Amino acid sequence: MFIVNSPIVETKQVHENIFIQKIHSPEVAQSAKPGQFLNIRVSENTFPLLRRPFSVCDVEGENIYLMFNILGEGTKMLARKNNGETIDILGPLGNGFNLDGKYETAIIIAGGLGAAPFPFVTRAIKNKKNILTFVGGRTEQDVVTYGLENYVLSSDDGSVGFKGNVVQSLEQDLERINISKSKVFACGPNAMLRALKDFCIKNDLDCEVSTECAMACGFGICQGCPIESTQQSDKYLLVCKDGPVFNVKDIVI
Amino acid sequence: MSKVDLSVNIGSLKLRNPILLASGTVGYGNEISEFSDLNKLGAIVTKSLSLKPRKGNPPQRIVETPAGMLNAIGLANVGVDEFLKEKIPFLKKYDVPLICNIAASSVEEYVECTRILTSEETIKAFEINVSCPNVKDGGLQFGNDIKAVGNVTAKVRAVTNKPVIIKLSPNVSYIFEFAQVVKDSGGDAVSAINTLVGTSFNIFTKKPKIFNINGGLSGPAIKPVALAKVLEISRKVDIPIIGIGGIMNWKDVIEFMIVGASAVQIGTLNFIDPTAPEKIIKELEDYCIANKVEKLSNLTASYII
Ligand SMILES: Cc1cc2nc3c(=O)[nH]c(=O)nc-3n(C[C@H](O)[C@H](O)[C@H](O)COP(=O)(O)OP(=O)(O)OC[C@H]3O[C@@H](n4cnc5c(N)ncnc54)[C@H](O)[C@@H]3O)c2cc1C
Ligand SMILES: Cc1cc2nc3c(=O)[nH]c(=O)nc-3n(C[C@H](O)[C@H](O)[C@H](O)COP(=O)(O)O)c2cc1C
Ligand code: FES
Repeated sequence: MFIVNSPIVETKQVHENIFIQKIHSPEVAQSAKPGQFLNIRVSENTFPLLRRPFSVCDVEGENIYLMFNILGEGTKMLARKNNGETIDILGPLGNGFNLDGKYETAIIIAGGLGAAPFPFVTRAIKNKKNILTFVGGRTEQDVVTYGLENYVLSSDDGSVGFKGNVVQSLEQDLERINISKSKVFACGPNAMLRALKDFCIKNDLDCEVSTECAMACGFGICQGCPIESTQQSDKYLLVCKDGPVFNVKDIVI
Repeated sequence: MSKVDLSVNIGSLKLRNPILLASGTVGYGNEISEFSDLNKLGAIVTKSLSLKPRKGNPPQRIVETPAGMLNAIGLANVGVDEFLKEKIPFLKKYDVPLICNIAASSVEEYVECTRILTSEETIKAFEINVSCPNVKDGGLQFGNDIKAVGNVTAKVRAVTNKPVIIKLSPNVSYIFEFAQVVKDSGGDAVSAINTLVGTSFNIFTKKPKIFNINGGLSGPAIKPVALAKVLEISRKVDIPIIGIGGIMNWKDVIEFMIVGASAVQIGTLNFIDPTAPEKIIKELEDYCIANKVEKLSNLTASYII
């Protein structure tokens, strides 16, 4: 875990409202694992006060990449930063995806901005495993394919790809998949993760999901990010420390 | 050795400097030790402990507000037994005074927690939280009731020889009356302040942003309130005060000391910059050198009105 001031190399708009930011941060680049996140201070003063969590989208040499859309003031400030300006990064944080294991095919499921961690995942495993990627969004604008390969598209309104959600899209393709030799890695809105959980349990598919929660610290000291555990009913797990990646069987979504 | 004297006393408690980490903002020390040398700090105050573990409130527990944040953690904690078994061994490795913060739903529970913990020599003092706004049973009722605060102070006092600090609620009309009853009941010091009650609603769904509806407001937004409460106590009651609320840098620390604090606690800032407390200690030293302050504690209650 580091707290480092790192310069922005480039900010690129890749979709209507989606930005990819390249940041020179050798320490973080060296130690980050796919699925981990960074807690970023977007301002030097007290507005906004708290850091903003973002997945490590990709790592290339000494650079890291973030993918974000503009939601509120914090992401607006981040997108407006000039090249060469530094940002204060705390990370890498949390547990990443468990990419090792006996499975032969990684099934990546990305809903909307849930695509953010998968360029890094793809880069890390593409020489070792087969990858099948399912990308979905509400409409064409929400379907994000940056850094992904061999993907199947879907949209709720049918404006691009399969008409329906990304879990239904996976279901359609199920005959292509050898369940006992596959593992699912997913990130997206809770409704998607819930549907995916039901689907994976029903079909006996091993599945890890990256979850989100409002956070104050990002490293376990505020107790602000609880998530219900299926194993222990007497205490919550913490999204920032015990996650953000969980085996879908271990959490109540 | 420090070139200037940063040490402070809070009653009989002697600390190497006035920078304490506030309850609920350091966990049990492990995570923050990755960023900060705990041995440099004045003291650490644990997350509020209750007799039995508490699961805390469901999400959402946190929301950001202008210059602050609301939290409704609901006193999630491991409970006294697990604290002694699992958490104390880590803290024992450090040479930093440990202050145990206790929260409870009844006077008996406060007393029982203190009684169990007092034999643990690593614990140097108790901070009794009578002011948490985030629990339905206990908490605020105690903090708003002068007699109850006096009663808790006296009963806890009776079961420990260690300093007893009462953490006061700002959600009262006259905080000095509470400080007075703490003094009269044998308390050694007061901490001021805990969080202010606040809320936040989503304008589209018309629903509260926090599951619990209300949360405790902390951060820079509450600093002026905290300063006024510390000053009020300082002017009216002769009792050591630990100032808390919105401290973001060394200047805020000096300001709290001038209005009457003997020491301070840093809370929300730990979430944003866990290295800040250590930096602030160094900056206080620089301030003293630059301003020819030989003993930092001389600043306490040095206000000119
Ligand atoms: C582990 C983790 C990884 C994330 N990775 C990414 C990422 O790679 N790319 C990305 O664009 N976003 C990501 N997010 C969400 C991102 O943190 C929020 O979009 C960001 O905090 C919004 O900041 P803001 O100041 O622009 O918006 P604010 O003004 O703070 O909020 C605008 C809206 O966003 C909501 N919001 C605030 N915080 C979060 C949050 N943590 N999660 C979801 N919604 C939130 C608010 O409730 C509000 O409705 C991640 C969140 C977590 C917890
Ligand atoms: C997330 C969070 C959890 C807290 N938990 C506790 C607690 O368990 N017990 C307690 O006495 N105070 C608790 N507090 C209050 C702080 O100790 C402190 O009094 C308050 O945050 C004001 O200081 P600040 O503005 O520097 O944060 C908590 C505060 C926050 C933000
Ligand atoms: S965000 Fe603070 S504990 Fe998870």
